[in-house]
Amino acid sequence: MTDSLLKVDNLVRHFDVSPPWLNRVIERRPKSVVKAVDGVGFEIGRGETFSLVGESGCGKSTVARLVVGLYNPTAGSLEFDGMDISSGAARSRNRSAQRRMQMIFQDPYASLNPRWRVMDIVAEPIRFNRLVKGDAAIRQRVGELLEQVGLSAADGEKYPHEFSGGQRQRISIARALAGSPEFLVCDEPTSALDVSVQAQILNLMKKLQRELGLTYLFISHDLAVVYHVSTKVGVMYLGRLVEWGETEVIFAAPRHPYTRMLLDAIPDLDMSGRARTPVAGEVPSPIDPPSGCAFHPRCPLATDRCKREAPKPVSVGAAMVACHAVEEDRLPEWHG
Amino acid sequence: MANPLLEVRNLRVEFPTRKGTLVAVDDISLSIAPGEVLGVVGESGAGKSMTGAAIIGLIEPPGRVADGQILLNGRRIDNLSYDEMRKIRGKEIGAIFQDPLTSLNPLYRVSEQLVETIMTHLDLTEKQARARALDLLKEVGIPAAEERLDHYPHQFSGGMRQRVVIALALCAEPRLIIADEPTTALDVSIQAQIITLLKRLCSEHQTAIMLVTHDMGVIAETADRVAVMYAGRIAEVGPVQDVIKRARHPYTEGLMGAIPTIGGRDDLLTQIDGSMPRLTAIPNGCAFHPRCPKVHFKCHTVRPDLIGDGSHSASCWLMEQQPAQGGSQ
Amino acid sequence: MGPVERIQDNFARFLDSDIWHSFRTSPVTVVATVLAVVMIVAAVIAPLITPQDPFDPASLDLLDAFTAPVWTEDGLWRFPLGTDDQGRDLYSAILYGSRISIGVGFASVILSIIIGVTLGLIAGYVGGTTDAVIMRIADVQISFPALLVALLLNGVLRSVLPGSSHETLALVVIIFSIGMSIWPQFARTVRGSTMVEKSKEYVQAARVIGLSSRAIMFRHVLPNVMGPVLVIGTINLAIAVLLEATLSFLGVGVPPTEPSLGTLIRIGQDFLFSGEWWIVIFPGVFLALLVLSVNLLGDWLRDALNPKLR
Repeated sequence: MTDSLLKVDNLVRHFDVSPPWLNRVIERRPKSVVKAVDGVGFEIGRGETFSLVGESGCGKSTVARLVVGLYNPTAGSLEFDGMDISSGAARSRNRSAQRRMQMIFQDPYASLNPRWRVMDIVAEPIRFNRLVKGDAAIRQRVGELLEQVGLSAADGEKYPHEFSGGQRQRISIARALAGSPEFLVCDEPTSALDVSVQAQILNLMKKLQRELGLTYLFISHDLAVVYHVSTKVGVMYLGRLVEWGETEVIFAAPRHPYTRMLLDAIPDLDMSGRARTPVAGEVPSPIDPPSGCAFHPRCPLATDRCKREAPKPVSVGAAMVACHAVEEDRLPEWHG
Repeated sequence: MANPLLEVRNLRVEFPTRKGTLVAVDDISLSIAPGEVLGVVGESGAGKSMTGAAIIGLIEPPGRVADGQILLNGRRIDNLSYDEMRKIRGKEIGAIFQDPLTSLNPLYRVSEQLVETIMTHLDLTEKQARARALDLLKEVGIPAAEERLDHYPHQFSGGMRQRVVIALALCAEPRLIIADEPTTALDVSIQAQIITLLKRLCSEHQTAIMLVTHDMGVIAETADRVAVMYAGRIAEVGPVQDVIKRARHPYTEGLMGAIPTIGGRDDLLTQIDGSMPRLTAIPNGCAFHPRCPKVHFKCHTVRPDLIGDGSHSASCWLMEQQPAQGGSQ
Repeated sequence: MGPVERIQDNFARFLDSDIWHSFRTSPVTVVATVLAVVMIVAAVIAPLITPQDPFDPASLDLLDAFTAPVWTEDGLWRFPLGTDDQGRDLYSAILYGSRISIGVGFASVILSIIIGVTLGLIAGYVGGTTDAVIMRIADVQISFPALLVALLLNGVLRSVLPGSSHETLALVVIIFSIGMSIWPQFARTVRGSTMVEKSKEYVQAARVIGLSSRAIMFRHVLPNVMGPVLVIGTINLAIAVLLEATLSFLGVGVPPTEPSLGTLIRIGQDFLFSGEWWIVIFPGVFLALLVLSVNLLGDWLRDALNPKLR
């Protein structure tokens, strides 16, 4: 195994979504808590791309925000290159860890301050971390960064609204690179973009990874994109990882019924006429998740045990799977 | 196609602004046969939604249909008054939009909205209309329909809400449905359910669907024919198999290469450099020429019309040089 | 681009902007702006364009009292709009008076913007208990009419401050009273916009870079919430001018030796029924025009800055 850059262990994040105290008292309602992330653990090796994939509300974006410190974990630990970053206090002790990680966001229209020139947006991490001194040198560095992401140095004088969505996402990447990070957390970086532009951004990210030796945590709902970019993949459902391992392994031989369902649902561009089995039902509310294995109400293989008992992840070949059916070896053959 | 249900001839949609007139849809012609699913695919800014809006007469002013004709069953509908058009909307043309939350009025029960729409277009008593509303909800696959009929829209999940919107579009048994990005706001598993539903409705009722989307995958699964739009024009149109497997326009080709697929593990995706031009700066000649890998001198100045054989054609000068390339006929 | 080019570039962008276009194509706004600018400039340069300093008792002659405007039978060219009971030239008095009115208006609006925007930013960005405390104070205060708050503060300050300082501190007291009575509006608006901006990804990006909350609030969020502040500020300028006039009319504003527009109106209303109508009418018309044009400007700004109405 490669040496790991990020270690996530039993990460938990709950959100209090109760109505205000007064309403609770008057309406006699209990506190309600969303278990957005409920015990997630994985490791990312240096130079790898680890993807988290799942449907909306599965907690994948929350994991991303926990890793970069936008939220603090309710429980569990986060370790970056041997440094503890599990809490706000730990993070301020290890400031270098924060500088070495950056984030790319989903919405290229909201992720850049509309009142700032691109030059100032990209220069901000440089100025904040005092990486380069002197205005001329900063200017020069921003120019280089803009060229590195496929824009021109002169674009620095423009405002974000003068760029298309794809170009803005390039600016976002330039800003992320400005702090000379080793680790980038990418939260759905292409899902707001058109396919042809998505291809440009994915190619750019691959190029940068090769050139700069970056490590990525990649969040996406699109399995095809995930397959394309990642070395390892984790499938999330209602706040938990249900299956994770090497990308090739997961996609060639998915074991968890949810992973199989997701793969089955991808529209077929080859039009081979493959028979699809659309799975009934939708993701239940994370406020009141189903008992036992959270996927059991939608699972074709669910048994009584699945309703009662949450499955523990077991190692199967090169992957980890949390499913009773896998454990009990009653999984049907995968058609893929 | 002897008698197309819908025929659009040389449609042009303009938006006058203080900096000049923007052309959102430029000289588009297409037709849909009864029971057919026509996919209209393109990236943002291609004019695909505007085409759909023009057909149902819902272009927001100051935008306007500047030229061309829209014929439904041989009758012109582009020059009708607002009131006349309102009768056609819902009764003859149904509409499904991207965001199911905005298509439903949050203050009314689902039953009220369905019954009102049914009674506007069909000559039924309230009791009959309610019975029909129930049938519709059952038809679009809403479990426990009797119970859910009187719920408010917010009590439905995203996928169920989109089913309600489809039921609403089906109220008066329209012969044509304009579906604008009906699955975009939904998760993949729900998306698959909605596609299956649309296909079933189409074959059971012989309803024609104009499916507007940016997602080639949805088109491949659903459509019979597809029109690929670029910068307000049709770049390529043809049977969905032909267009996807034997793309003729370099834009379609690039688009197909840009879609990541599971299995084909190339290190880099085919990419089309640049982006769709803004409406304020549509290039001369072929609008795609600045991004085209196969550009030649003619493309800079002269705009190509659709050229092709029978059903599959592309607006590209390459077609002129090698008209018999590919093709399934 | 150097700083000069940046300013030039920003100016060129402004001339090309929708706001400038919307301004040029709205004749009412252009007229209102011209009127407001003329009135404000006239007030500022009043000593240069008036024949008399109405605040200087030595320049007044009681024999000139109650002179009618120039176009009436008894009119004198020295007093184009007539004089008041003290023999003050009304034209001069109006311009000098509007200096005080406009000055107090601007100063109190700026004071309330500083207080309201800062508290609103903190409440919206920090949230939680801080937010609750700040906004409850604002709620309580907004439930009293601004005039009442201003009167109350005025009274309290006057009783606390030594009597000898009343004259000299009168302006400060009135600016403080008006400023404190309108800040909750700014705080509420800014809090709302801040909460919207706070959830946007550019703010999260700044947090990931490691910026302090203060830097994010003032460098990132503040410029993005100033649009509505500008609108409310303009409308409140008119309100502040009126508040000052009202306070002065009620006799608790600026001292009568240095009359503002409100004081002039109060003086004038005593003589309205004895035939000397001009003493109340001219200051009244001036005040109404000033408030109207500032309000029209504010209305237009609100529409122009609201993308939904464009």
